[in-house]
Amino acid sequence: MNRRSILLGAGAVLTLPLAARAQGASITGAGATFPNPVYQKWAEAARPAINIQVNYQSVGSGAGINQIRNRTVDFGATDAPLTEQQLNEANLLQFPTVMGSLTAIVNIPGIENDQLKLTGPILADIYLGKITRWNDPRIVSINAGLTLPSLAIAPAYRADGSGTTFVWVSYLAAVSPEWKDKVGVGTSVRFPAGTGARGNEGVAGTVRQVRGAIGYVENAYAITNRLVTTQIQNKAGNFVKPEHATFMAAASSADWNVPGFAANIVDTAGPQSWPIVAPTFILLPKNPTDAARSANVRKFFDWAFKDGDRLAQELEYIPLPDATKTAVRAAWSAQFGA
Amino acid sequence: MPVRRARGAGNIGDVIFEWACRGAAILVLALLGAIIVELFIAGLPAFRAFGLPFIWSTEWDPVQEVFGAGVSIYGTVVTSVLAIVLAVPLAFGVAFYLTELAPVWLKRPLGTAIELLAAVPSIIYGMWGFFVIVPAFATYLQPWIIDNIGELPLIGFLFQGAPFGTGIFMASFILAIMILPFIAATMRDVFDQVPPVYKESAYGLGATTWEVMRGVVLPYTRISVVGGVMLGLGRALGETMAVTFVIGNANRITTSLFGPGNTIASLVALEFGESETGSLKLASLLALGFILFVLSFIVLAVSRYLLRSRLKA
Repeated sequence: MNRRSILLGAGAVLTLPLAARAQGASITGAGATFPNPVYQKWAEAARPAINIQVNYQSVGSGAGINQIRNRTVDFGATDAPLTEQQLNEANLLQFPTVMGSLTAIVNIPGIENDQLKLTGPILADIYLGKITRWNDPRIVSINAGLTLPSLAIAPAYRADGSGTTFVWVSYLAAVSPEWKDKVGVGTSVRFPAGTGARGNEGVAGTVRQVRGAIGYVENAYAITNRLVTTQIQNKAGNFVKPEHATFMAAASSADWNVPGFAANIVDTAGPQSWPIVAPTFILLPKNPTDAARSANVRKFFDWAFKDGDRLAQELEYIPLPDATKTAVRAAWSAQFGA
Repeated sequence: MPVRRARGAGNIGDVIFEWACRGAAILVLALLGAIIVELFIAGLPAFRAFGLPFIWSTEWDPVQEVFGAGVSIYGTVVTSVLAIVLAVPLAFGVAFYLTELAPVWLKRPLGTAIELLAAVPSIIYGMWGFFVIVPAFATYLQPWIIDNIGELPLIGFLFQGAPFGTGIFMASFILAIMILPFIAATMRDVFDQVPPVYKESAYGLGATTWEVMRGVVLPYTRISVVGGVMLGLGRALGETMAVTFVIGNANRITTSLFGPGNTIASLVALEFGESETGSLKLASLLALGFILFVLSFIVLAVSRYLLRSRLKA
């Protein structure tokens, strides 16, 4: 395994000096698909920088949790944080790496990017199937100046279990008691209305193709594919656009001082906070079978905290606040020693 | 009938060869058995938790951990049967044209083209369906059908709803195209086996082409044709990727053919990645796998049974 990975790495990066390849350590991880682009970018940049070869498979959070429970990988990755009890049962340490944000995307004739204003309760009622037309009085009343057609709303959701859905329904549950009661929160839920599509590209494709459709995707995906996003009202009552400043406002107003760093960043109170932001997590065994590999995992993410912010931002991810990084490093020291 | 080996030849190579072949054959059987048993055991927690109603319960709520196979079994059966309904007349036409009407120079290239259709990977059908057929259907054809046929009494309810493009009907349509080559190829082969003297006699009596088809070829090949259809059905039941793209993936039973649904295979494919070891959800998915296995086995067994006379010959 080890030798093979190194050989693969050698084949891929012929420009590296030979000595560096021969000594490179290799670690494996598996799990969440949502942070996959940034993990791959980090892995690519870390190889020359700290001489660690990271093999990350984005197999989905659930599968990542399974693999780290069975200790078949060095680290697992999940979007939905494990509870304190689950962490203790599996003897895992959990820490965040980076944050991402979700945006609502729409396809309404005549409506351009960030023009439409929506609120959390309206989004929840759309996905509950209670608001069915774009010229519903509740939508029209907060969108003075826009002409909304009498068009059926077609909600699209992720049909495959995903961390994206987890974050989205966490938000809907936070703003709508009815959503919390009737549907709940999970990586896949029983959507009462709409149609499911596979992956971000499926949701984006459905929204692009169906007039009157609404969907949710990661902000990075919305930007690179030039999808029409909306403004959303945050907890403070302000309508905010999905942009860097509002994401950072949300991140800084989060409370990270909770078990497993399972901070809840949806619907935060800051006046400029974008309401749908979420961290993604790494799971590391507290009793690693191979201490050196475990140390290399920490070395990799330590490097990512130090030097990976720019790469993350290029991919529209949101770096952790410095105080959170310090707290994560402290948690490592407390668990594994310095 | 097995060929008797010469006694005392003592060729060690023959013995090794025989056991290697036997081993290969037994391995397949053992694998099949192991998969069935493993699926059943892994799905047992779901059968225990929900009992027999698991099969017809329409609940699928991962948050409350309540699972039922009703919607996906319904979706699997409806899309497969509808695909057969769409594909069989088309396959019949293709096979009949190839065996009776096509000029000789066209038979081979056309036959090869049909077989090539079977070699297209299903993900390609899925993407083609999602990015080409679905938008075209949703933009041009579906609104018209909903406005006109959807208003008719008796059958109108089948064609109502929002013009998403995706849904039960689209899944059936894509499936029909996918299974068409299988059915057409079987039909062509069995039509070719009708002894020419029968057909010539019928023509000699003044029968038209259609009468020969209906009165001679079809009765002679009836059972094999049904067997070929069952082979197509078996493939439709288990198709995963293409269906997942176009079926709409909602755990609801809608009366409209344009409504979204799911199938056993699509549900398993979509939910598997986010199911944890030992969870009831994973057990339910594996139980679904077991049910699909049983369904496919029944269909295949019936088709084998119906085709047995042809296969012997």
